[in-house]
Amino acid sequence: MRRRPLRHLTFALGAAITTLLVVTAALSLVYTPSDPLAMAIAWRFQGPSAAHPFGTDQYGRDVLSRIMRGAVTSIAVGVIAVGLGAAAGIFIGVLSGYTGGWLDEALMRLIDAVQGFPAILSALLFSAVFAPGVAVSMVAIGIAFAPAFARLTRASFLELREREFVVAARALGAGDRRLIARHILPNTLPPLVIQATTSFPVAILAEAALAYLGLGTQPPNPSWGLMLKEAQNFLSLHPLFAVFPGGAIALTVLGLNLLGDGLRDLLDPKTA
Amino acid sequence: MRRYLVRRLAAFVATLFFVSVLVFVVVRVLPGDPALLIMGTEGSPEVAARLREAMGLNRAIPVQYADWLWRALRGDLGVSIQYDVPVARLIVSRLPVTLPLTLLAACLMSVTALPLGLYAATRHRRAGDYVAMVFSQIGIAIPSFWAGLLLILLFSVRLGWVQSGGFEGWSGGLWPGIRSLLLPAIALGLFQAAVLVRATRSAVLDVLREEYVRTARAKGVSEALVLGKHTLRNALVPIVTVAGIQLGQLMAGSIILESVFALPGLGRLALGAITARDLPVVQGVTLFVAACIVLINFAVDIAYVILDPRIRYD
Repeated sequence: MRRRPLRHLTFALGAAITTLLVVTAALSLVYTPSDPLAMAIAWRFQGPSAAHPFGTDQYGRDVLSRIMRGAVTSIAVGVIAVGLGAAAGIFIGVLSGYTGGWLDEALMRLIDAVQGFPAILSALLFSAVFAPGVAVSMVAIGIAFAPAFARLTRASFLELREREFVVAARALGAGDRRLIARHILPNTLPPLVIQATTSFPVAILAEAALAYLGLGTQPPNPSWGLMLKEAQNFLSLHPLFAVFPGGAIALTVLGLNLLGDGLRDLLDPKTA
Repeated sequence: MRRYLVRRLAAFVATLFFVSVLVFVVVRVLPGDPALLIMGTEGSPEVAARLREAMGLNRAIPVQYADWLWRALRGDLGVSIQYDVPVARLIVSRLPVTLPLTLLAACLMSVTALPLGLYAATRHRRAGDYVAMVFSQIGIAIPSFWAGLLLILLFSVRLGWVQSGGFEGWSGGLWPGIRSLLLPAIALGLFQAAVLVRATRSAVLDVLREEYVRTARAKGVSEALVLGKHTLRNALVPIVTVAGIQLGQLMAGSIILESVFALPGLGRLALGAITARDLPVVQGVTLFVAACIVLINFAVDIAYVILDPRIRYD
């Protein structure tokens, strides 16, 4: 087998960028160079300087501080969206894979239907019925993830429910709830954890897109997507303003993807 | 084979049914009064009551659903509050932007991703493979709308080659229309291409490990023929699966790119409708796009049978 020089580099780079993201987010809760919400019209559209390393925006707010605080938004929406999607998907997958029959068939068609709703589409619908906001983007992104979790869980359940240790536990008198919670579900976890890891950067991209469209995080809260929406109005005069938030998104997603790939490579050298 | 097709068709119809239920449930059943939503803050209770009557909101929910579905099946998606024209006609009027944009992006995606993925697989764990994978990682990490902004920055603001947005229409011929869709299609296709590169690479790698490939090489078949005939054909099933998912993503993604480039497509129609509280339009667009994505997934299912006759479906 040929040696693979990039194997550890992938993991190390991913881990470094992800650490930077988490540290930045945590730090921004206690310290930012300036108040991310404080406006100073006299200081609008300043270029990078010692006081404002990334410059200021159209209200004179410090861009670096807003990007730092934006990391919190990204992580929060990502974690909650993936959590919602995993919870809904696993619930449906358990129901489907454990019971089988017509319920399984119906739930799978429901999952097929849900797959017709990418996050943007659900967000459009929810925003029209309720109001655009960060909750809408969390739920919309979560819904988009549910089918993958449901399919994985169902597939594992179909395979595991016939296995000897499950049959044995059932013969020993274990009820449905105990069989699912103690015997089957723990064995389905590894693929679900990988799915959650790979979903997280996707959720961060989706959050940025929804905020950019005005369907997610609302002003004045800092979100990278929202900053890009604001930057677009001043693109020809202040292009740098559009570079930093986009760079933050790209770097974050890159880091999380590298970390995910690296982890999978290290844990399971046979694949990839 | 026929049984498989019939079952897939039945599943497709059932899936469409669930799509319609989901859209209906979100709009009508979740807390929130469509009548109040349409009127906004002004309007007296009497007006609201009359509106509810006119919209049929006083009837039982299942009756409302059946009625709505029956009309939707005949192409009646209601009337836009904002424009006072049928929603279906509005959707059709926006298709000449959204569909070409999606298709153009899909072409760019396939044209870049398939050769690059194939190339990466043949250079497995050598320099070319790593370069392709680095490109792919970067492509996946860059949000399409940011790519769009950067393209505007480079080609419109800096170089002044193309205008930064707007749509020329198809009346002036093919080229002006395509030219105004080119930058958004590149921004959209590039990101999705990065995903497809990885899928193509790993599908081709899987097939290259097969014994029939080794046999073909051993009996002296040229490398081009091994790749073109023995490998690509067999790798196509997983590639088509991913490409099908990508096509749906491209359609959803065009909603974002229309915003970046100020293109009058379905996405901008729906976004404008949200500001104007034009619920029938949002409902219609959502139903239409979701149905299209489900249709694409159905087409992928059918493509399996054509691509891989070895697979026997009960």
